[in-house]
Amino acid sequence: MKNTDKIKYERPIIKRLDAGIPNKFGLRTEYTPMTHIDNVSVKSLVAEFGSPLFVVSEKTIRNTYNQTKRAFTLRYPKVQFAWSYKTNYLDAVCHVFHQEGSWAEVVSGFEYDKAIANGVNGKNIIFNGPDKSESDIEKAINNDSLLHIDHLDELYMVIEMAEKTNKKPKVSIRVNMDTGIYPMWDRFGFNYETGQAWDALNKIMFSQKLELMGLHCHIGTFMLAPYAYSTAAYKLADLALAVEKKFNHNIKYIDLGGGFPSKNTLKGSFLPGNDSNPSIDEFAEAISSALINAGFHPEKLPLLILETGRALIDDAGYLISSVIANKRLSSGKRATIIDAGVNIMFTSFWYDHKVSPAQPFTHYTEDTVLYGPLCMNIDVIRENISLPLLNKGDNLVISMVGAYNMTQWMQFITLRPKIVMIDLNGKVHLIRDSETNATLTDLERVPEHLKKFDL
Amino acid sequence: MKINKNVSISENGFVFNPTTGESFTVNPIGVEIINMIKMHSPEEEIKKFILEKYATDSSGFDKDFYDFIQMLKSYNLFDEENEENEN
Repeated sequence: MKNTDKIKYERPIIKRLDAGIPNKFGLRTEYTPMTHIDNVSVKSLVAEFGSPLFVVSEKTIRNTYNQTKRAFTLRYPKVQFAWSYKTNYLDAVCHVFHQEGSWAEVVSGFEYDKAIANGVNGKNIIFNGPDKSESDIEKAINNDSLLHIDHLDELYMVIEMAEKTNKKPKVSIRVNMDTGIYPMWDRFGFNYETGQAWDALNKIMFSQKLELMGLHCHIGTFMLAPYAYSTAAYKLADLALAVEKKFNHNIKYIDLGGGFPSKNTLKGSFLPGNDSNPSIDEFAEAISSALINAGFHPEKLPLLILETGRALIDDAGYLISSVIANKRLSSGKRATIIDAGVNIMFTSFWYDHKVSPAQPFTHYTEDTVLYGPLCMNIDVIRENISLPLLNKGDNLVISMVGAYNMTQWMQFITLRPKIVMIDLNGKVHLIRDSETNATLTDLERVPEHLKKFDL
Repeated sequence: MKINKNVSISENGFVFNPTTGESFTVNPIGVEIINMIKMHSPEEEIKKFILEKYATDSSGFDKDFYDFIQMLKSYNLFDEENEENEN
């Protein structure tokens, strides 16, 4: 019998039935294989670009952006998004957001230069972060960028630079505050409750060397409580109105930062993130209502800036991986090793990512631990997942990996893989090539006396 | 290899061990293998049958077969006492 005439092979399994007993592996949620991403076959992507492979969907980015923008513009008249570079600063990704109208929000000199190189006008760059060098600040001042001041040392440096450049820098202060959530982020910016923020605003206004443009906060990450944003908006509005009253100066914008969750499932969550995380409309409602009711004159409503990162890009990222091997652990548990590890999937430490086989399978499943390829005990993509029977060489698609993985990834043990983007017409573009040994060794130097050895 | 004679297995892969009260599900290829073991088919014959019927290779099936037998043993589905007596 020819191999093609034979029945598709599935390895034999026996599974004990534990009816009625709660199972930490959870219910199986994937009933169809994910054979295509945006109508492009996963197998063809692997054949052309190899495995593992990050895939970014341009269509999903644009759809998510427009849905999010609509949620805010329906409720508040003046809204501006600024793309959070640190979440994913692949140039192709940034260009999609800039084409949609997003400004750039950067947190380092490196990111600032990237935004400029991407063609973003300096006045549309928001410069956050605690580490801005003198040259970074000078560059931002000369480009009319919006400097978000993090601490007093920086405030004094900006005042000095204003004198040196003979220009009036456009500044805002970053404000931290108690919004009723735990943990409270108080390491960035000036505190609201203790009066630090008000003092900083007074210093700016009395210096007369800086142009106070706005107020900024970033209250946390993967926030699941919309009311916290409402509190933050009220507190920033309170400061803005106090500045107006004391100095007759209008705050041009209020920047609520980011921190909105994606639909990923946080580790330890009882329900999938898709069902339990608040929708973007709930956040939009909380923020917009707070600002509209804060007491601003209707003609002097500040611009609302949002630096949403994760919620806009997570859904658009996929990681295709291949099964390297299956093994049985001493406990009897199934272990599957795949070629994508935590070095390129940093978010595996936070999320129970959705994992879908990329080829047809039967309804038989096994409780599995999904390991990456690294020779490190921490390299676990999913500790407990119910998966169909996978064979060596089968492909898996890990969903919602668009945020942070492509910026926080590490070159460790293996080299970092290619990244492709599928455009609106289904055409696949290589947007970042895979690394080679030369990518790393070109940066290294071996001292002359260490070059020779005999073994 | 001898499956405990009390273990019953249905055509659709439901396995019940009355000795322990445990029940299991087995996929179709697993049912075929258990039935062949019950019929006292030697290991070589089972492997030959599977390789002729399914699109797999010898080394690929060998490790899966080994894993499956280990699982049957861990679930106490083999009649190890009588097996020892036979030996």
